[in-house]
Amino acid sequence: MRILAVCGSGLGSSFMIEMNIKDVLKELNVNDIEVNHADLGSSTSDMADLFVIGRDLAESASNLGELIVLDNILDKEELKSKISSNLKEKNIL
Amino acid sequence: MDGFVSLLVDILSVPAVLVAIIAFVGLLIQKKSASEITKGTTKTFLGFIVLSAGAAVVSGSLKPFGEMFQEAFGVQGVVPNNEAIISIAIEEFGTTAALIMFFGMIANILLARFSNLKYIFLTGHHTFYMACFLAIVLSVANFSGMVLIIVGSIALGIIMAIFPAMAQPTMRRITGNDNVGFGHFGTVGYVASAGIGKLFKGSRSTEDINFPKGLSFLRDSSVSISLTMTIIYILAALFAGQTFIENNISGGTNYIVFSIIQGVTFAAGVFIILSGVRLILAEIIPAFKGISEKLVPNSKPALDCPIVFPFAPNAVLIGFFSSFIAGVLGMFALFFTGGVVILPGVVPHFFLGATSGVFGNATGGVKGAIAGSFVNGLIITFLPVLFLPLLGDLGNASTTFSDTDFLVVGIVLGNVGKFLGQPGVIATIILVLIASIAIKSKLGKKSHSENDLEKIS
Repeated sequence: MRILAVCGSGLGSSFMIEMNIKDVLKELNVNDIEVNHADLGSSTSDMADLFVIGRDLAESASNLGELIVLDNILDKEELKSKISSNLKEKNIL
Repeated sequence: MDGFVSLLVDILSVPAVLVAIIAFVGLLIQKKSASEITKGTTKTFLGFIVLSAGAAVVSGSLKPFGEMFQEAFGVQGVVPNNEAIISIAIEEFGTTAALIMFFGMIANILLARFSNLKYIFLTGHHTFYMACFLAIVLSVANFSGMVLIIVGSIALGIIMAIFPAMAQPTMRRITGNDNVGFGHFGTVGYVASAGIGKLFKGSRSTEDINFPKGLSFLRDSSVSISLTMTIIYILAALFAGQTFIENNISGGTNYIVFSIIQGVTFAAGVFIILSGVRLILAEIIPAFKGISEKLVPNSKPALDCPIVFPFAPNAVLIGFFSSFIAGVLGMFALFFTGGVVILPGVVPHFFLGATSGVFGNATGGVKGAIAGSFVNGLIITFLPVLFLPLLGDLGNASTTFSDTDFLVVGIVLGNVGKFLGQPGVIATIILVLIASIAIKSKLGKKSHSENDLEKIS
Protein backbone atom coordinates (compact mmCIF):
# COMPACT_ATOMS: atom_id res chain seq x y z
CA MET A 1 0.00 0.00 0.00
CA ARG A 2 1.13 3.56 -0.76
CA ILE A 3 0.17 6.88 0.89
CA LEU A 4 0.88 10.27 -0.69
CA ALA A 5 0.84 13.60 1.17
CA VAL A 6 -0.09 16.49 -1.13
CA CYS A 7 0.25 20.30 -0.91
CA GLY A 8 0.39 23.25 -3.30
CA SER A 9 4.07 23.17 -4.15
CA GLY A 10 5.07 19.80 -2.75
CA LEU A 11 7.96 21.27 -0.78
CA GLY A 12 7.14 22.17 2.81
CA SER A 13 3.81 21.18 4.28
CA SER A 14 3.30 17.89 2.43
CA PHE A 15 6.84 16.90 3.45
CA MET A 16 5.89 17.68 7.05
CA ILE A 17 2.72 15.58 6.76
CA GLU A 18 4.74 12.73 5.23
CA MET A 19 7.12 12.69 8.20
CA ASN A 20 4.16 12.78 10.59
CA ILE A 21 2.46 9.87 8.75
CA LYS A 22 5.67 7.86 9.05
CA ASP A 23 5.78 8.58 12.80
CA VAL A 24 2.12 7.59 13.16
CA LEU A 25 2.61 4.34 11.24
CA LYS A 26 5.56 3.52 13.49
CA GLU A 27 3.38 4.10 16.57
CA LEU A 28 0.70 1.84 15.10
CA ASN A 29 3.31 -0.81 14.26
CA VAL A 30 2.42 -0.84 10.58
CA ASN A 31 5.43 -1.58 8.44
CA ASP A 32 5.05 -2.14 4.74
CA ILE A 33 3.40 1.14 3.71
CA GLU A 34 5.33 3.46 1.43
CA VAL A 35 4.84 7.18 2.17
CA ASN A 36 5.81 10.04 -0.17
CA HIS A 37 4.94 13.69 -0.80
CA ALA A 38 4.22 15.64 -3.99
CA ASP A 39 2.75 18.84 -5.38
CA LEU A 40 -0.87 19.06 -6.43
CA GLY A 41 0.08 19.73 -10.05
CA SER A 42 1.92 16.51 -10.67
CA SER A 43 -0.10 14.23 -8.39
CA THR A 44 -2.12 11.60 -10.22
CA SER A 45 -4.52 8.95 -8.97
CA ASP A 46 -2.11 6.12 -9.80
CA MET A 47 0.61 7.50 -7.51
CA ALA A 48 -0.93 6.12 -4.32
CA ASP A 49 -3.86 4.23 -2.80
CA LEU A 50 -4.57 6.94 -0.24
CA PHE A 51 -3.98 10.71 -0.38
CA VAL A 52 -3.59 13.02 2.60
CA ILE A 53 -4.27 16.74 2.12
CA GLY A 54 -5.19 19.90 4.05
CA ARG A 55 -8.80 21.12 4.14
CA ASP A 56 -8.01 24.21 2.03
CA LEU A 57 -6.90 22.17 -0.98
CA ALA A 58 -9.33 19.27 -0.67
CA GLU A 59 -11.63 20.62 -3.42
CA SER A 60 -8.84 20.66 -5.99
CA ALA A 61 -7.81 17.11 -5.11
CA SER A 62 -11.16 15.36 -5.60
CA ASN A 63 -9.87 13.66 -8.76
CA LEU A 64 -7.09 11.82 -6.97
CA GLY A 65 -9.05 9.04 -5.33
CA GLU A 66 -9.41 8.16 -1.68
CA LEU A 67 -8.66 11.23 0.45
CA ILE A 68 -7.94 11.87 4.09
CA VAL A 69 -8.68 15.57 4.66
CA LEU A 70 -6.95 17.26 7.60
CA ASP A 71 -8.59 20.23 9.34
CA ASN A 72 -5.29 21.09 10.95
CA ILE A 73 -2.25 19.78 9.10
CA LEU A 74 -0.11 20.23 12.22
CA ASP A 75 -2.31 18.09 14.45
CA LYS A 76 -0.68 14.71 14.84
CA GLU A 77 -3.55 13.36 16.94
CA GLU A 78 -6.10 14.13 14.22
CA LEU A 79 -3.81 12.48 11.67
CA LYS A 80 -3.39 9.42 13.86
CA SER A 81 -7.11 8.87 14.43
CA LYS A 82 -7.96 9.37 10.74
CA ILE A 83 -5.16 7.09 9.52
CA SER A 84 -5.91 4.34 12.03
CA SER A 85 -9.67 4.29 11.31
CA ASN A 86 -8.90 4.19 7.58
CA LEU A 87 -6.49 1.28 8.02
CA LYS A 88 -9.01 -0.55 10.23
CA GLU A 89 -11.57 -0.32 7.41
CA LYS A 90 -9.02 -1.84 5.10
CA ASN A 91 -8.29 -4.58 7.66
CA ILE A 92 -4.63 -3.63 7.71
CA LEU A 93 -4.80 -2.80 11.43
CA MET B 1 49.49 10.04 -2.55
CA ASP B 2 49.27 13.46 -4.20
CA GLY B 3 47.21 11.87 -6.93
CA PHE B 4 44.83 10.48 -4.32
CA VAL B 5 44.47 13.85 -2.58
CA SER B 6 43.69 15.66 -5.80
CA LEU B 7 41.19 12.94 -6.69
CA LEU B 8 39.54 13.47 -3.30
CA VAL B 9 39.42 17.24 -3.85
CA ASP B 10 37.95 16.68 -7.30
CA ILE B 11 35.23 14.43 -5.91
CA LEU B 12 34.38 16.79 -3.09
CA SER B 13 34.19 19.83 -5.35
CA VAL B 14 31.31 18.33 -7.32
CA PRO B 15 28.21 19.69 -5.53
CA ALA B 16 26.08 16.68 -6.51
CA VAL B 17 28.58 14.36 -4.82
CA LEU B 18 28.72 16.60 -1.80
CA VAL B 19 24.96 16.65 -1.17
CA ALA B 20 24.90 12.88 -1.74
CA ILE B 21 27.58 12.50 0.94
CA ILE B 22 25.58 14.72 3.31
CA ALA B 23 22.52 12.51 2.76
CA PHE B 24 24.68 9.40 3.21
CA VAL B 25 25.95 10.68 6.58
CA GLY B 26 22.39 11.49 7.66
CA LEU B 27 21.15 8.02 6.73
CA LEU B 28 24.12 6.41 8.46
CA ILE B 29 23.45 8.31 11.70
CA GLN B 30 19.84 7.14 11.59
CA LYS B 31 21.08 3.53 11.29
CA LYS B 32 19.08 2.86 8.11
CA SER B 33 19.42 -0.41 6.21
CA ALA B 34 21.94 -0.78 3.37
CA SER B 35 19.20 -0.71 0.74
CA GLU B 36 17.69 2.49 2.15
CA ILE B 37 21.12 4.12 2.32
CA THR B 38 21.83 3.20 -1.31
CA LYS B 39 18.42 4.41 -2.45
CA GLY B 40 18.54 7.67 -0.50
CA THR B 41 22.09 8.57 -1.48
CA THR B 42 21.41 7.87 -5.16
CA LYS B 43 18.20 9.90 -5.15
CA THR B 44 19.97 12.88 -3.60
CA PHE B 45 22.72 12.70 -6.22
CA LEU B 46 20.07 12.44 -8.93
CA GLY B 47 18.23 15.41 -7.46
CA PHE B 48 21.21 17.68 -7.88
CA ILE B 49 21.70 16.62 -11.51
CA VAL B 50 17.98 17.25 -12.17
CA LEU B 51 18.30 20.69 -10.55
CA SER B 52 21.20 21.59 -12.83
CA ALA B 53 19.26 20.38 -15.87
CA GLY B 54 16.35 22.65 -14.93
CA ALA B 55 18.76 25.57 -14.79
CA ALA B 56 19.55 25.19 -18.48
CA VAL B 57 15.84 25.28 -19.34
CA VAL B 58 15.15 28.36 -17.22
CA SER B 59 18.17 30.29 -18.52
CA GLY B 60 17.29 29.36 -22.09
CA SER B 61 13.86 30.87 -21.60
CA LEU B 62 15.05 33.99 -19.79
CA LYS B 63 17.67 35.04 -22.32
CA PRO B 64 15.26 35.88 -25.19
CA PHE B 65 12.92 37.48 -22.64
CA GLY B 66 15.67 39.84 -21.48
CA GLU B 67 16.45 40.82 -25.08
CA MET B 68 12.77 41.39 -25.93
CA PHE B 69 12.13 43.47 -22.83
CA GLN B 70 15.20 45.60 -23.47
CA GLU B 71 14.11 46.21 -27.09
CA ALA B 72 10.51 46.94 -26.06
CA PHE B 73 11.08 49.32 -23.16
CA GLY B 74 14.77 50.21 -23.18
CA VAL B 75 15.23 49.01 -19.57
CA GLN B 76 16.12 45.75 -17.86
CA GLY B 77 13.08 43.64 -16.90
CA VAL B 78 13.46 41.31 -13.94
CA VAL B 79 11.12 38.50 -12.88
CA PRO B 80 11.94 37.63 -9.26
CA ASN B 81 11.97 33.86 -8.79
CA ASN B 82 14.10 32.05 -6.23
CA GLU B 83 14.28 28.78 -8.13
CA ALA B 84 15.45 30.47 -11.32
CA ILE B 85 18.24 32.52 -9.72
CA ILE B 86 19.39 29.60 -7.54
CA SER B 87 19.64 27.27 -10.50
CA ILE B 88 21.75 29.79 -12.41
CA ALA B 89 23.99 30.44 -9.41
CA ILE B 90 24.44 26.77 -8.55
CA GLU B 91 26.98 26.23 -11.32
CA GLU B 92 29.46 28.57 -9.71
CA PHE B 93 28.42 28.35 -6.04
CA GLY B 94 27.07 24.80 -5.71
CA THR B 95 29.88 23.34 -3.61
CA THR B 96 30.03 26.29 -1.24
CA ALA B 97 26.23 26.30 -0.93
CA ALA B 98 26.10 22.59 -0.07
CA LEU B 99 28.76 22.99 2.63
CA ILE B 100 27.10 26.11 4.08
CA MET B 101 23.77 24.27 4.15
CA PHE B 102 25.26 21.28 5.99
CA PHE B 103 27.17 23.28 8.61
CA GLY B 104 24.41 25.88 8.82
CA MET B 105 21.96 23.18 9.93
CA ILE B 106 24.45 22.08 12.57
CA ALA B 107 24.81 25.72 13.66
CA ASN B 108 21.00 25.99 13.87
CA ILE B 109 20.84 22.93 16.16
CA LEU B 110 23.69 24.20 18.37
CA LEU B 111 22.08 27.62 18.64
CA ALA B 112 18.74 26.07 19.63
CA ARG B 113 20.50 23.83 22.13
CA PHE B 114 22.61 26.49 23.87
CA SER B 115 20.62 29.73 23.53
CA ASN B 116 17.05 30.87 24.05
CA LEU B 117 16.37 30.89 20.29
CA LYS B 118 14.69 27.49 20.28
CA TYR B 119 13.67 27.32 16.62
CA ILE B 120 14.60 24.49 14.26
CA PHE B 121 14.10 25.68 10.69
CA LEU B 122 12.53 22.81 8.75
CA THR B 123 11.62 24.50 5.45
CA GLY B 124 14.43 22.73 3.64
CA HIS B 125 14.21 24.38 0.24
CA HIS B 126 14.57 27.79 1.86
CA THR B 127 17.54 26.56 3.90
CA PHE B 128 19.15 25.49 0.64
CA TYR B 129 18.31 28.76 -1.15
CA MET B 130 19.59 30.82 1.78
CA ALA B 131 22.83 28.80 1.82
CA CYS B 132 23.31 29.48 -1.87
CA PHE B 133 22.35 33.10 -1.37
CA LEU B 134 24.92 33.59 1.41
CA ALA B 135 27.56 31.97 -0.80
CA ILE B 136 26.85 34.59 -3.47
CA VAL B 137 26.60 37.64 -1.19
CA LEU B 138 29.71 36.78 0.82
CA SER B 139 31.68 36.06 -2.36
CA VAL B 140 30.73 39.49 -3.68
CA ALA B 141 32.05 40.83 -0.32
CA ASN B 142 35.37 39.12 -1.19
CA PHE B 143 35.12 36.18 1.23
CA SER B 144 36.51 32.90 -0.09
CA GLY B 145 37.55 29.36 0.85
CA MET B 146 37.28 28.15 4.43
CA VAL B 147 36.44 31.57 5.86
CA LEU B 148 33.51 31.92 3.45
CA ILE B 149 32.10 28.55 4.53
CA ILE B 150 32.57 29.22 8.27
CA VAL B 151 31.08 32.73 8.17
CA GLY B 152 28.30 31.58 5.84
CA SER B 153 27.36 28.61 8.04
CA ILE B 154 27.25 30.68 11.22
CA ALA B 155 25.19 33.35 9.46
CA LEU B 156 22.80 30.69 8.13
CA GLY B 157 22.37 29.08 11.57
CA ILE B 158 21.54 32.49 13.05
CA ILE B 159 19.16 33.40 10.23
CA MET B 160 17.33 30.06 10.64
CA ALA B 161 16.61 30.90 14.29
CA ILE B 162 16.08 34.67 14.22
CA PHE B 163 13.42 35.01 11.54
CA PRO B 164 11.07 32.47 13.15
CA ALA B 165 11.59 34.33 16.45
CA MET B 166 10.43 37.55 14.76
CA ALA B 167 7.25 35.90 13.50
CA GLN B 168 6.40 34.10 16.74
CA PRO B 169 4.31 36.78 18.53
CA THR B 170 1.87 36.83 15.60
CA MET B 171 2.11 33.05 15.15
CA ARG B 172 0.83 32.67 18.72
CA ARG B 173 -2.22 34.72 17.78
CA ILE B 174 -2.85 32.78 14.58
CA THR B 175 -2.45 29.24 15.89
CA GLY B 176 -3.57 29.89 19.47
CA ASN B 177 -0.55 28.14 20.97
CA ASP B 178 3.22 28.43 21.21
CA ASN B 179 4.22 24.98 19.92
CA VAL B 180 4.94 25.71 16.29
CA GLY B 181 7.15 28.32 14.71
CA PHE B 182 7.01 29.88 11.26
CA GLY B 183 9.85 29.21 8.86
CA HIS B 184 9.69 30.97 5.51
CA PHE B 185 12.02 33.72 4.37
CA GLY B 186 9.37 36.37 3.76
CA THR B 187 9.25 37.16 7.47
CA VAL B 188 10.09 40.85 7.16
CA GLY B 189 6.97 41.29 5.03
CA TYR B 190 4.81 39.25 7.43
CA VAL B 191 5.98 41.13 10.51
CA ALA B 192 5.44 44.43 8.68
CA SER B 193 1.95 43.28 7.73
CA ALA B 194 1.11 42.34 11.32
CA GLY B 195 2.44 45.74 12.42
CA ILE B 196 0.27 47.55 9.85
CA GLY B 197 -2.67 45.42 10.99
CA LYS B 198 -2.40 46.86 14.50
CA LEU B 199 -3.52 50.21 13.08
CA PHE B 200 -6.88 48.60 12.33
CA LYS B 201 -7.59 46.96 15.68
CA GLY B 202 -11.24 45.95 15.90
CA SER B 203 -11.79 45.43 12.18
CA ARG B 204 -13.77 42.20 11.71
CA SER B 205 -11.96 39.04 10.67
CA THR B 206 -11.65 38.06 7.00
CA GLU B 207 -13.30 34.77 7.91
CA ASP B 208 -16.57 36.54 8.84
CA ILE B 209 -17.16 37.65 5.25
CA ASN B 210 -18.29 35.61 2.28
CA PHE B 211 -15.48 35.49 -0.20
CA PRO B 212 -15.68 33.61 -3.50
CA LYS B 213 -13.62 30.41 -3.58
CA GLY B 214 -12.64 28.85 -6.89
CA LEU B 215 -9.31 30.52 -7.49
CA SER B 216 -7.51 27.82 -5.60
CA PHE B 217 -6.11 26.50 -8.89
CA LEU B 218 -3.58 29.32 -8.52
CA ARG B 219 -2.18 27.33 -5.60
CA ASP B 220 -0.84 24.98 -8.25
CA SER B 221 2.38 26.82 -8.94
CA SER B 222 3.16 25.16 -12.29
CA VAL B 223 -0.16 26.41 -13.70
CA SER B 224 0.14 29.92 -12.26
CA ILE B 225 3.75 30.38 -13.41
CA SER B 226 2.83 29.18 -16.93
CA LEU B 227 -0.07 31.62 -17.19
CA THR B 228 1.68 34.70 -15.79
CA MET B 229 4.97 34.17 -17.63
CA THR B 230 3.07 33.67 -20.91
CA ILE B 231 1.17 36.95 -20.36
CA ILE B 232 4.37 38.83 -19.44
CA TYR B 233 6.16 37.33 -22.46
CA ILE B 234 3.36 38.22 -24.90
CA LEU B 235 3.23 41.80 -23.61
CA ALA B 236 6.99 42.17 -24.09
CA ALA B 237 6.65 40.63 -27.57
CA LEU B 238 3.87 43.03 -28.61
CA PHE B 239 5.96 46.02 -27.57
CA ALA B 240 9.19 44.69 -29.09
CA GLY B 241 7.45 44.13 -32.41
CA GLN B 242 7.05 41.23 -34.81
CA THR B 243 9.91 42.08 -37.16
CA PHE B 244 12.53 42.49 -34.43
CA ILE B 245 11.64 39.18 -32.79
CA GLU B 246 11.26 37.08 -35.93
CA ASN B 247 14.49 38.43 -37.45
CA ASN B 248 16.71 38.45 -34.35
CA ILE B 249 15.36 36.10 -31.69
CA SER B 250 12.87 33.45 -32.72
CA GLY B 251 14.60 32.33 -35.92
CA GLY B 252 11.51 33.04 -38.01
CA THR B 253 8.91 31.44 -35.72
CA ASN B 254 5.79 33.60 -35.30
CA TYR B 255 6.45 36.00 -32.43
CA ILE B 256 3.31 35.20 -30.44
CA VAL B 257 3.73 31.43 -30.76
CA PHE B 258 7.36 31.83 -29.73
CA SER B 259 6.33 33.87 -26.67
CA ILE B 260 3.77 31.32 -25.50
CA ILE B 261 6.29 28.49 -25.83
CA GLN B 262 8.99 30.43 -23.99
CA GLY B 263 6.63 31.47 -21.19
CA VAL B 264 5.63 27.87 -20.55
CA THR B 265 9.26 26.76 -20.98
CA PHE B 266 10.18 28.96 -18.01
CA ALA B 267 7.50 27.23 -15.93
CA ALA B 268 8.78 23.85 -17.14
CA GLY B 269 12.26 24.81 -15.96
CA VAL B 270 10.97 25.76 -12.50
CA PHE B 271 9.00 22.49 -12.44
CA ILE B 272 12.19 20.50 -13.15
CA ILE B 273 14.18 22.48 -10.56
CA LEU B 274 11.54 21.83 -7.89
CA SER B 275 11.60 18.10 -8.64
CA GLY B 276 15.35 18.21 -8.13
CA VAL B 277 15.02 20.17 -4.90
CA ARG B 278 12.45 17.65 -3.63
CA LEU B 279 14.84 14.78 -4.30
CA ILE B 280 17.76 16.59 -2.64
CA LEU B 281 15.77 17.29 0.52
CA ALA B 282 14.00 13.93 0.81
CA GLU B 283 16.73 12.35 2.95
CA ILE B 284 18.45 15.39 4.44
CA ILE B 285 15.47 17.05 6.18
CA PRO B 286 14.15 13.97 8.05
CA ALA B 287 17.70 13.35 9.32
CA PHE B 288 17.97 16.99 10.42
CA LYS B 289 14.56 16.79 12.11
CA GLY B 290 15.38 13.50 13.87
CA ILE B 291 18.75 14.73 15.14
CA SER B 292 17.30 18.07 16.31
CA GLU B 293 14.50 16.30 18.22
CA LYS B 294 17.08 14.15 20.01
CA LEU B 295 19.46 16.98 20.87
CA VAL B 296 16.98 19.81 21.51
CA PRO B 297 13.85 18.18 22.94
CA ASN B 298 12.15 21.49 23.77
CA SER B 299 12.64 23.11 20.37
CA LYS B 300 9.92 24.54 18.13
CA PRO B 301 9.84 23.42 14.51
CA ALA B 302 9.65 26.39 12.11
CA LEU B 303 7.49 25.39 9.16
CA ASP B 304 6.50 26.58 5.68
CA CYS B 305 3.78 29.16 4.78
CA PRO B 306 0.87 26.83 4.07
CA ILE B 307 0.68 25.82 7.74
CA VAL B 308 -1.09 29.12 8.47
CA PHE B 309 -3.40 29.06 5.41
CA PRO B 310 -6.11 26.82 6.95
CA PHE B 311 -6.46 29.29 9.86
CA ALA B 312 -7.75 32.02 7.50
CA PRO B 313 -8.54 30.80 3.96
CA ASN B 314 -10.22 34.10 2.97
CA ALA B 315 -7.20 36.10 4.11
CA VAL B 316 -5.09 33.93 1.80
CA LEU B 317 -6.94 35.07 -1.33
CA ILE B 318 -7.39 38.66 -0.15
CA GLY B 319 -3.69 38.87 0.66
CA PHE B 320 -2.66 37.48 -2.71
CA PHE B 321 -4.81 39.98 -4.65
CA SER B 322 -3.81 42.94 -2.56
CA SER B 323 -0.11 42.12 -2.79
CA PHE B 324 -0.33 41.48 -6.54
CA ILE B 325 -2.10 44.80 -7.18
CA ALA B 326 0.66 46.56 -5.21
CA GLY B 327 3.20 44.73 -7.39
CA VAL B 328 1.54 45.93 -10.60
CA LEU B 329 1.35 49.53 -9.35
CA GLY B 330 4.99 49.31 -8.23
CA MET B 331 5.97 48.03 -11.66
CA PHE B 332 4.39 51.07 -13.36
CA ALA B 333 6.16 53.37 -10.89
CA LEU B 334 9.47 51.72 -11.82
CA PHE B 335 8.79 52.24 -15.52
CA PHE B 336 8.75 55.99 -14.90
CA THR B 337 12.07 55.94 -13.02
CA GLY B 338 13.71 54.46 -16.12
CA GLY B 339 15.91 51.99 -14.22
CA VAL B 340 15.34 48.30 -13.64
CA VAL B 341 11.69 47.19 -13.77
CA ILE B 342 10.62 44.46 -11.34
CA LEU B 343 7.73 42.46 -12.78
CA PRO B 344 5.18 40.97 -10.40
CA GLY B 345 5.93 37.26 -10.06
CA VAL B 346 2.85 35.28 -9.21
CA VAL B 347 4.66 32.86 -6.92
CA PRO B 348 6.18 35.40 -4.52
CA HIS B 349 3.00 37.46 -4.52
CA PHE B 350 0.96 34.37 -3.84
CA PHE B 351 2.99 32.91 -1.01
CA LEU B 352 4.20 36.12 0.57
CA GLY B 353 0.98 38.03 -0.13
CA ALA B 354 -1.23 35.25 1.20
CA THR B 355 0.85 34.84 4.35
CA SER B 356 0.92 38.61 4.89
CA GLY B 357 -2.86 38.51 4.57
CA VAL B 358 -3.10 35.90 7.34
CA PHE B 359 -0.68 37.87 9.56
CA GLY B 360 -2.45 41.19 8.89
CA ASN B 361 -5.82 39.60 9.62
CA ALA B 362 -4.53 38.24 12.92
CA THR B 363 -3.84 41.76 14.20
CA GLY B 364 -6.27 43.92 12.18
CA GLY B 365 -9.01 41.89 10.52
CA VAL B 366 -10.06 42.58 6.93
CA LYS B 367 -8.51 46.05 6.79
CA GLY B 368 -5.30 44.78 8.32
CA ALA B 369 -5.13 41.93 5.80
CA ILE B 370 -5.66 44.27 2.83
CA ALA B 371 -3.28 47.03 4.01
CA GLY B 372 -0.62 44.64 5.33
CA SER B 373 -0.38 42.53 2.20
CA PHE B 374 -0.44 45.67 0.03
CA VAL B 375 2.63 46.92 1.90
CA ASN B 376 4.21 43.48 1.45
CA GLY B 377 3.58 43.78 -2.31
CA LEU B 378 5.38 47.12 -2.39
CA ILE B 379 8.28 45.76 -0.33
CA ILE B 380 8.89 42.81 -2.68
CA THR B 381 8.73 45.15 -5.68
CA PHE B 382 11.19 47.78 -4.48
CA LEU B 383 13.68 45.77 -2.38
CA PRO B 384 15.01 43.84 -5.41
CA VAL B 385 15.91 47.17 -7.04
CA LEU B 386 18.12 48.05 -4.07
CA PHE B 387 19.58 44.57 -3.99
CA LEU B 388 20.42 43.96 -7.68
CA PRO B 389 23.64 46.03 -7.69
CA LEU B 390 24.95 43.86 -4.81
CA LEU B 391 24.51 40.58 -6.71
CA GLY B 392 27.73 40.90 -8.71
CA ASP B 393 27.54 39.35 -12.20
CA LEU B 394 24.24 37.66 -11.37
CA GLY B 395 22.59 41.10 -11.35
CA ASN B 396 22.14 40.88 -15.13
CA ALA B 397 20.23 37.60 -15.09
CA SER B 398 16.63 38.85 -15.74
CA THR B 399 15.67 37.11 -12.51
CA THR B 400 16.56 37.56 -8.85
CA PHE B 401 15.66 36.55 -5.30
CA SER B 402 12.01 37.22 -4.61
CA ASP B 403 11.51 36.94 -0.84
CA THR B 404 12.03 39.74 1.67
CA ASP B 405 14.45 38.07 4.07
CA PHE B 406 16.95 37.23 1.33
CA LEU B 407 16.76 40.81 0.09
CA VAL B 408 17.08 42.37 3.55
CA VAL B 409 20.02 40.16 4.54
CA GLY B 410 21.58 40.86 1.14
CA ILE B 411 21.15 44.62 1.37
CA VAL B 412 22.56 44.73 4.92
CA LEU B 413 25.52 42.37 4.43
CA GLY B 414 26.20 43.64 0.91
CA ASN B 415 26.42 47.28 2.00
CA VAL B 416 28.39 46.49 5.16
CA GLY B 417 30.80 44.48 3.02
CA LYS B 418 31.12 47.33 0.57
CA PHE B 419 31.93 50.00 3.16
CA LEU B 420 33.45 48.13 6.11
CA GLY B 421 34.89 45.04 4.41
CA GLN B 422 35.07 41.55 5.90
CA PRO B 423 35.57 42.51 9.56
CA GLY B 424 32.42 44.63 9.30
CA VAL B 425 30.41 41.69 7.96
CA ILE B 426 31.63 39.37 10.72
CA ALA B 427 30.96 42.02 13.40
CA THR B 428 27.44 42.59 12.06
CA ILE B 429 26.62 38.87 12.22
CA ILE B 430 27.89 38.60 15.82
CA LEU B 431 26.06 41.77 16.90
CA VAL B 432 22.77 40.53 15.45
CA LEU B 433 23.16 37.23 17.31
CA ILE B 434 23.87 38.90 20.66
CA ALA B 435 21.06 41.43 20.17
CA SER B 436 18.49 38.80 19.33
CA ILE B 437 19.38 36.59 22.30
CA ALA B 438 19.13 39.65 24.57
CA ILE B 439 15.80 40.81 23.11
CA LYS B 440 14.40 37.30 23.32
CA SER B 441 15.26 36.94 27.00
CA LYS B 442 13.74 40.35 27.72
CA LEU B 443 10.60 39.25 25.90
CA GLY B 444 10.64 35.96 27.76
CA LYS B 445 10.36 37.86 31.05
CA LYS B 446 7.21 39.60 29.83
CA SER B 447 5.97 36.79 27.69
CA HIS B 448 2.65 38.37 26.82
CA SER B 449 4.20 41.58 25.56
CA GLU B 450 3.23 42.78 22.12
CA ASN B 451 6.79 43.62 21.16
CA ASP B 452 8.55 41.70 18.46
CA LEU B 453 12.06 41.56 17.11
CA GLU B 454 11.57 44.14 14.41
CA LYS B 455 14.36 46.24 15.88
CA ILE B 456 17.02 43.86 14.67
CA SER B 457 15.91 43.48 11.09
